[in-house]
Amino acid sequence: MIVGNRKDFPEIIEMIGKNRRILLLGCNECVTVCGVGGQKEVETLASELRIFWKKEGEEREIREHTLERQCDYEYIDQIRGFVDDYDIILSMACGAGVQYVAEVYKHKPVFPAVNTTFLGVTLEQGVWAERCQGCGTCIIHLTAGICPIARCAKSLMNGPCGGSSGGKCEVDKETDCAWQLIVDRLKEWGQLERYETIIPIKDWRTSRDGGPRKRIREDLRL
Amino acid sequence: MKTNSRIEKILSSGGFVVTAECGPPRGADAEVIRKKGEILRGFVDGINVTDNQTSVVRMSSLSACVILKNMGLEPILQMVCRDRNRIALQSDILGAAALGINNILCLSGDHQKFGDHPQGKNVYDIDSIQLIQTVKRMRDEGKFIGGEEIKGKPMLFIGAAENPFADPFEIRAARLAKKVAAGCEFIQTQCIYNIDRFARWMEMVRERGLHERCAILAGVTPFKSVGMARYMKNNVPGMDVPDEMIERMKNTPKEKQAEEGIKICVETIEKLKEIPGVRGIHLMAIEWEEKVPEIVKQANLWPRPEV
Repeated sequence: MIVGNRKDFPEIIEMIGKNRRILLLGCNECVTVCGVGGQKEVETLASELRIFWKKEGEEREIREHTLERQCDYEYIDQIRGFVDDYDIILSMACGAGVQYVAEVYKHKPVFPAVNTTFLGVTLEQGVWAERCQGCGTCIIHLTAGICPIARCAKSLMNGPCGGSSGGKCEVDKETDCAWQLIVDRLKEWGQLERYETIIPIKDWRTSRDGGPRKRIREDLRL
Repeated sequence: MKTNSRIEKILSSGGFVVTAECGPPRGADAEVIRKKGEILRGFVDGINVTDNQTSVVRMSSLSACVILKNMGLEPILQMVCRDRNRIALQSDILGAAALGINNILCLSGDHQKFGDHPQGKNVYDIDSIQLIQTVKRMRDEGKFIGGEEIKGKPMLFIGAAENPFADPFEIRAARLAKKVAAGCEFIQTQCIYNIDRFARWMEMVRERGLHERCAILAGVTPFKSVGMARYMKNNVPGMDVPDEMIERMKNTPKEKQAEEGIKICVETIEKLKEIPGVRGIHLMAIEWEEKVPEIVKQANLWPRPEV
């Protein structure tokens, strides 16, 4: 799933500026699962804003609305009837959702209330961790199911570097060294000799480096 | 002999190599490099020039190498994968060879988190093992990564670093094997303080016969003080400093600690020379280059061979 963090309140206040009528838009997908931009978080932020403006003695209007998804046109289209009653849209979706809303309502300023951080998994209640960078060419069959691109601070294809210490990364003692994990798993499998194969230089064209990516499935098009 | 490298010449005649490290200044003053080079002249066979070590911005390694080269010294160009993509790396490899540099040390590079620009983006288009492959292919096959032909091959003697003390220990020799398979011809190791552990690593290296395909230069760094010894032990990732060494420094009066640090360093070198497969010493006297001549002399590594 896509994981994010809500922006700090002062930053949100600064973004909104003098805009009086605010449509606060949540999303029921990833950002709901990672507890950052679903209906509940929309309610929380709306309350924070109302309390803040009340204290400031300001008259502002906030409408709370949560879409099934902000990354699909059919859902975004559902707010067309009332979107123009508001000065701005404050979206709590991921970076993709915010942009698609802005793309659909080009005349309307759309602001992000969330910082999108990574593609990851839920490790436990309240803990998420990065697992994928969407490089476009998966190689984890070569690395015991652990991605060194997303999980090594240097994205080393042939790690570990000299900074691996006690199973942890030199960059952060809380972070596992991806290559220690790879070696441990290969050892568990009795396949440590696979470590000795040099993984070749990567073709980054399938990654962001090749420019913005687009996928077309002709068989699915209408 | 593949190159004009002085290191390669000494090694291929069976000699014992001594190299030292020289960090470029945090400014544009060439005099700093010249002074360091002058101190090292006649005491080492090659001088490593670090590439923005610990991710702190300094004069570029290639520029400092050229300054040393123009003094008639033998620089070893350190090149990290952190700051340049394959286009820039290959371009600098060609430039280095064109400027008369004979040696390259292929490194991943410290993460930028440790430096003075932690906000920066890192590159890591390729890694250190792939950089070794790249230099070898450019030199021996005359081909760029992209497959195009090179007109005027860069004749560089290819080295890399290895940390015998990093984790996981069981793959340390396997990791060296990968570097050797990639084309690495000499290795300079991380600073050695735990000689027993290094000897165990060398055993694994010899078991695989890697010492015959790649010259192992054992790395040493003298302590200036007990504070430095403690810092190395506790703050430098992948460093193994035995407690008794810290004790020894601690039990030495402050004004004598530098001297004791050098004594430990010389003793370490003497022991390393005895380990089968060690082909040389790499002296990393960090911002203490002026002590290199003394250490080299005391360790009976002077005079250096003429080649």
